[in-house]
Amino acid sequence: MLDATGLELIAQQLREAAGESAVVDTVFFRGRGTVEIDPARVRSVLAYLREQGYDFLASVHGVDYYPHEPRLGVHYELLDMRRVDRITVKLRVSTDTPEVESVTADWPTADHQEREIYDMFGVVFHGHRDLRRILMPEDYEGHPQRRDFPVGGEPVAFTFNERDMLGPM
Amino acid sequence: MTPATPTVERDAADTTEELLTLNFGPHHPATHGVLRLLVTLTGEIVRDVKPVIGYVHTGIEKTAEDKAYWKVIPVVERMDYLSYYFNAMAYVGAVEKLVEVEVPKRAQYLRVIHLELNRIASHLIWLGTSALDLGAVSIFLYCLRERELILDLFEMSSGQRMHTRYFQVGGVMEDIPKGWERKVREFLKIMPARADEYGAILNSNEIVLRRLRGTCPLDADTLLSLGVTGPLLRSAGNPWDLRKADPYSSYEDFQFKIPVGTVGDNYDRFAVRLAEIYESVKIVEQALDGLPEGPHITADRKVALPPRHELATSMEALIHHFKLVTEGFRVPPGEVYNPIESPRGELACYVRSDGSSKPARVHMRDPSFVNLQALSHMVEGNYIADMIATVAMLDPILGGIDR
Amino acid sequence: MEVTRQPVDADALRVRSLNAHQLLRGADLEGANQPAHLQGTELEEYVQERVLMTTLEATVAWGRSNSFFPLAFGLACCAMEQFHTAGPRMDIARFGFEAFRASPRQADLIILAGRVSIKMAPIIRRLYDQMLEPKWAISMGACCSSMGVFNNYALVPADKFMPIDVHVPGCPPRPESLMHGILKLRKMVQDDPDMGWRERYDAYGTEEIIGADETFAPDAEEAPAGLVQGAAAAAATHEVGEDREMDTAGA
Repeated sequence: MLDATGLELIAQQLREAAGESAVVDTVFFRGRGTVEIDPARVRSVLAYLREQGYDFLASVHGVDYYPHEPRLGVHYELLDMRRVDRITVKLRVSTDTPEVESVTADWPTADHQEREIYDMFGVVFHGHRDLRRILMPEDYEGHPQRRDFPVGGEPVAFTFNERDMLGPM
Repeated sequence: MTPATPTVERDAADTTEELLTLNFGPHHPATHGVLRLLVTLTGEIVRDVKPVIGYVHTGIEKTAEDKAYWKVIPVVERMDYLSYYFNAMAYVGAVEKLVEVEVPKRAQYLRVIHLELNRIASHLIWLGTSALDLGAVSIFLYCLRERELILDLFEMSSGQRMHTRYFQVGGVMEDIPKGWERKVREFLKIMPARADEYGAILNSNEIVLRRLRGTCPLDADTLLSLGVTGPLLRSAGNPWDLRKADPYSSYEDFQFKIPVGTVGDNYDRFAVRLAEIYESVKIVEQALDGLPEGPHITADRKVALPPRHELATSMEALIHHFKLVTEGFRVPPGEVYNPIESPRGELACYVRSDGSSKPARVHMRDPSFVNLQALSHMVEGNYIADMIATVAMLDPILGGIDR
Repeated sequence: MEVTRQPVDADALRVRSLNAHQLLRGADLEGANQPAHLQGTELEEYVQERVLMTTLEATVAWGRSNSFFPLAFGLACCAMEQFHTAGPRMDIARFGFEAFRASPRQADLIILAGRVSIKMAPIIRRLYDQMLEPKWAISMGACCSSMGVFNNYALVPADKFMPIDVHVPGCPPRPESLMHGILKLRKMVQDDPDMGWRERYDAYGTEEIIGADETFAPDAEEAPAGLVQGAAAAAATHEVGEDREMDTAGA
């Protein structure tokens, strides 16, 4: 199992392999290590980790860190089945340029999962062969799981905002 | 849907090379739930399958951000609606990691018992509906007969047949009633014999064997690259099971085997799941034998409700109860990913907390969502009838896929 | 439970027989139709017609109510409990409803079992339109009756896009609850056979007619014609629609 020093070691190796600016931060929390990387290097970082043994991509999921900028995060959960070791790779992009390179060429499992992140958060994955909405109807507008998207899909009309919403009555 | 234009050069007499796009579902008796498949065929051979999902998307993850941590449990249970205890376990385990609360041993054993009973129940529905797809209607009714017994057990312990809210942060909601253990043992006595019956019926049925043996195999490496886990991966030969590899909730105390297949075809997927029922029975027996005495939920009153009799005498208990019920407990900020082994594969819950009493993000990594990507690889080049059998053996649960 | 015999009031009986006479003469009907002044053969015909039709209708209603063909339609968790309703313990076959049809053309009862998402709603509506009259709908569970546990952007309560006859609460409802709901529907159908949903919801002309859909029709002019066709056809076959104004310009 990875421990804090092991995580730092991996981060150091990543810096050497993928470039000085690749690793932005490391966090060791509740027994699990997370490496935050520069979004431009995601494929090379994942390829390097694959060489180290983390060859199973368990999950690709998105997070909205509102109100902290950059808002949109994409997490890659990697698993090393031989040593039963997990590591999380995370990257953050802002809503102005929500673009990340798709990893489906190396990891086919990311196919539907990246589509879901696109659908729910609006992160555009370049190089994905078929990036369209997967859970919402094709013509839906808005990205539901962003934190400023109202739960009901439309803002609730209270007395303070109903004039703006529903127009003069 | 516009029909696909033929992409192959036709000569005058040959019309079998034309591609036909067929729309399966979302309402179709053979899709397990509302799964829509766009199947491109030449004749009866499948060239491509595109699953279209989202027809039962419920916005559970978004709803969970709006509720206190313990109120998320019933919402999250309704995702993968056949393995509700597993959804609750993944989420509750994640929150327990964040809050750093320890689950008492008795609660862990009770959790294991309910989880394994749920695994048997889930495999029974899988068996029933798959047999229904293959044409064996009576197996469906037999499996429902057993599942009724399991749901009775759940009702005895928690009051609800499905979506029981039994798992809470720190343990289980209530201790088991007197007589529950006896009833579980009665059930465990008959279950292996019944599973033998199902095996005997299906394994001696020529049609079932012909439809399952050798159809749509996929090797373990492709499955791993597609992120597939669970019985599908085990049927291809890779014995990866989180209960053994990375035990949680006292699974290391129990002895059980992992059924592994060899070829990775539909028959292996069927045999692996059927064998898992026996193993689950063994686990429940061992858990009942070794059930320790003790509290059923953590004593940390900041996280778990105090017992009701204390509310009459202790002021602190009353205040804790009040705070927990109205606001809920606060969780220190952080992010946690908690994987467990559900009947379909690796079910994991990612919880991000920002320090308040409501989660900032709850994401369930559902195994069916990822396993569905393997469908097109499995059925390419095979007959459409094999595709039906493969969808059945894939065991997709649309509630988990769509969340 | 005590069984007592109530003495019958002789006067009450006479009052009831008088009322029956008035019924036959049509004196109870309010509004336009007042055949109270029918005499002779006309009265006889009128009586024959009403008695025969009423008995016939009641028989047909009895037959319909005891032979629902449910549509095999499960969406989510409630579908599991629907399976159990058809299972060996809570056997739906003892009422005669075990023939779950796969095709909506052959079914007359749609049991919406599970949550209806916005992507699924038009499809359910299309399925419901494909069913033949008379048809009924049961909304099983809290999610399709109201939005249930979830109150968010993705769900639609079934009442918003199709008429529901019986709502069965529960999350998921026990098989006994679903059975209770189905039996309630059966009683409804037995007692009140005339209540077509189109009359209740004033929903003439809302069916989807294939051929009026833009994606299938080659020219745009076909679209309103198709709708007119559907509306006019509905008007022609429905007697009560005589005094209704059918908006044929664009339903």
